[in-house]
Amino acid sequence: MPEPAAAAEDNRPYIIRAYGPDALRGALLRMFLIRNFEEAAEASYMRGLVHGTMHLSIGQEAVAVGACLGLTESDKITSTHRGHGHCIAKGADVGRMFAEFFGKETGYCRGRGGSMHIADPAKGNLGANGIVGGGLPIAVGSALSAKRLGTGAVTVCFFGDGANNEGAFHEALNMAAIWKLPVVFLCENNRYGMSTSTERSTAVPRVALRAAAYAMPGVTVDGNDISAVAEAVDAATARGRAGEGPSLVECLTYRWRGHSKSDRNRYRSREEIEAWMARDPIPRFAALLVAHGIMSEDEVRAAEAEAERVIEAGLEFARAGPDPSVADLTRDVYTTEAP
Amino acid sequence: MTTAGGGVRELSYAEALREAMDIALASDPRVILMGEDIGVYGGAFQVTGDLVHRYGEDRVIDTPISELGGAGVAIGAAMTGLRPIYEFQFSDFATLAMEQIVNQAAKIRYMLGGAVSVPVVMRFPAGSGTGAAAQHSQSLEAWFGHVPGLKVVQPSTPADAKGLLLAALEDPDPVLIFEHKLLYKMKGPVPEGHYTVPIGKAAIRRPGRDLCIVAGAIMVHRALEAAEALSAEGIEAEVIDLRSIRPIDRDTILDAVRRTGRLICVYEGVKTLGIGAEISAMVAESDAFDFLDAPIIRLGGAEAPIPYNPELEKAAVPQVPDIVAAARALAGGRL
Repeated sequence: MPEPAAAAEDNRPYIIRAYGPDALRGALLRMFLIRNFEEAAEASYMRGLVHGTMHLSIGQEAVAVGACLGLTESDKITSTHRGHGHCIAKGADVGRMFAEFFGKETGYCRGRGGSMHIADPAKGNLGANGIVGGGLPIAVGSALSAKRLGTGAVTVCFFGDGANNEGAFHEALNMAAIWKLPVVFLCENNRYGMSTSTERSTAVPRVALRAAAYAMPGVTVDGNDISAVAEAVDAATARGRAGEGPSLVECLTYRWRGHSKSDRNRYRSREEIEAWMARDPIPRFAALLVAHGIMSEDEVRAAEAEAERVIEAGLEFARAGPDPSVADLTRDVYTTEAP
Repeated sequence: MTTAGGGVRELSYAEALREAMDIALASDPRVILMGEDIGVYGGAFQVTGDLVHRYGEDRVIDTPISELGGAGVAIGAAMTGLRPIYEFQFSDFATLAMEQIVNQAAKIRYMLGGAVSVPVVMRFPAGSGTGAAAQHSQSLEAWFGHVPGLKVVQPSTPADAKGLLLAALEDPDPVLIFEHKLLYKMKGPVPEGHYTVPIGKAAIRRPGRDLCIVAGAIMVHRALEAAEALSAEGIEAEVIDLRSIRPIDRDTILDAVRRTGRLICVYEGVKTLGIGAEISAMVAESDAFDFLDAPIIRLGGAEAPIPYNPELEKAAVPQVPDIVAAARALAGGRL
């Protein structure tokens, strides 16, 4: 959780004011972990070690880490098909994530879910979702539980720009608003739902404008600026915890890679991709930390090396895991075996 | 049936369901009811009745007309500590919520490798006979019976309605209850207090030696009426109430076929690819097939939407004379 607000005359960026050095170093490490995890997952895919496809969020790391920075383990998130970053930002173990990619019994879903269904309920991650918009009503249900059970938890509901045209988005926002539930609808607007741009798919120029239809605050921030993301989400979670209801935070960002491994990038230009790659959120945050004396250049390099080491150990753990037994094909369809 | 003792009264099917929810709300603070117009209106079929006045709007929650979202909220709440009972106003409206029921509720536990359960209960007023025409009269239970991860029950009596609903609430997985609308006002003996009826166990409602009729929901009552008429002609029909279609009570059905050698499946859902097809195949694939003395007969819904005109509506689903005629044909060996 963020620390009490500093004095008004403090002109440093929000994240520097609100979080201590350990939290900030941890945030940078998690951004490196997400980047390295996805690069290693992609490399594993290229080598034929990963069955099926995957949806990479390289370039979007500031959104996941910024949104989760102020959350506790009892707070919940719902995630999307592009959810590796959310998992890591909420504290998932990369070894068990890789094991899931490799279809191992030691994976988060014991090899039953793969890249699109990783969940970590113990850490408050209710799971990625293969259906665009599928997690939105579930997040509202999680917030309803928190309110009824008085847990004080908030739920951060990640969704992409593509989901904002699903009926589930509108139904979920409306119900969260009429019942004043502690949920933050966090739109990762990476500009394309698969190949279709928001300009071609969405009648309003900003997803956040849709908040007005559900009488909740809606803000749009630079999703490659972790401080801006954290500031907006922390304000929204504070509002939720205070019983004032839901908020919509739209983070403008970009996925460097295609939608999935089948994407040939026919719908966007090299210039556009390169322009966004020049706005890489990770060096930007690292430079901020160095400028404010939180970390030295050497410490930044050490954090990157540490992430690489964790990723390597995670891959090692995943490769060593056992495959599921075919005899267990129907295990966990039900909690108790059918009579 | 496990009972808590106490007396037995006559209650309607709707009253029995309400009593089950009353018991659950009173004994478990995690239980909430959700649905359209279930509060002061009392539910479209007056099943929730006055519960909102006794448990408040925080626990008997009127939802907007948002079936997809509402079902998803119930699922999310079930994953995080509540025990929601979500009422669809008509089972037909499940079509608006298929994504959440089929992709989410049914699959989350499996996809997540068993990390969570989804203990949600969904109630569906189903079936024809009310003049509500094609979009408010369907029997879609077989659709959901096709989905691993769901449990699907269709109680035919007030006592079962209460006991199955209480069993559903104790079940850690999603349970869908299909309640035939014509049964809501039907009265029957209902034990007082808390008891459960096991999910997945059929009931033999009437024993018989000559043939067996396997039916669910309202069709159980039509089958019993047909069996009474057949008995006067010297044909003794056994009537099996499925009660649950997923899991289905294979043992009870196959045993009845072995004993009687003749089988009629009666169900209101569309005949083709319906529950009767599954039961017939179950028999054909088992040793019970060797005991058959005649072909199996399926009596199911017509290959048409449910029509409005009352005579057409009746003709669209099996009625007592259809069952009697089929049984006579089977018993007479005239097929």
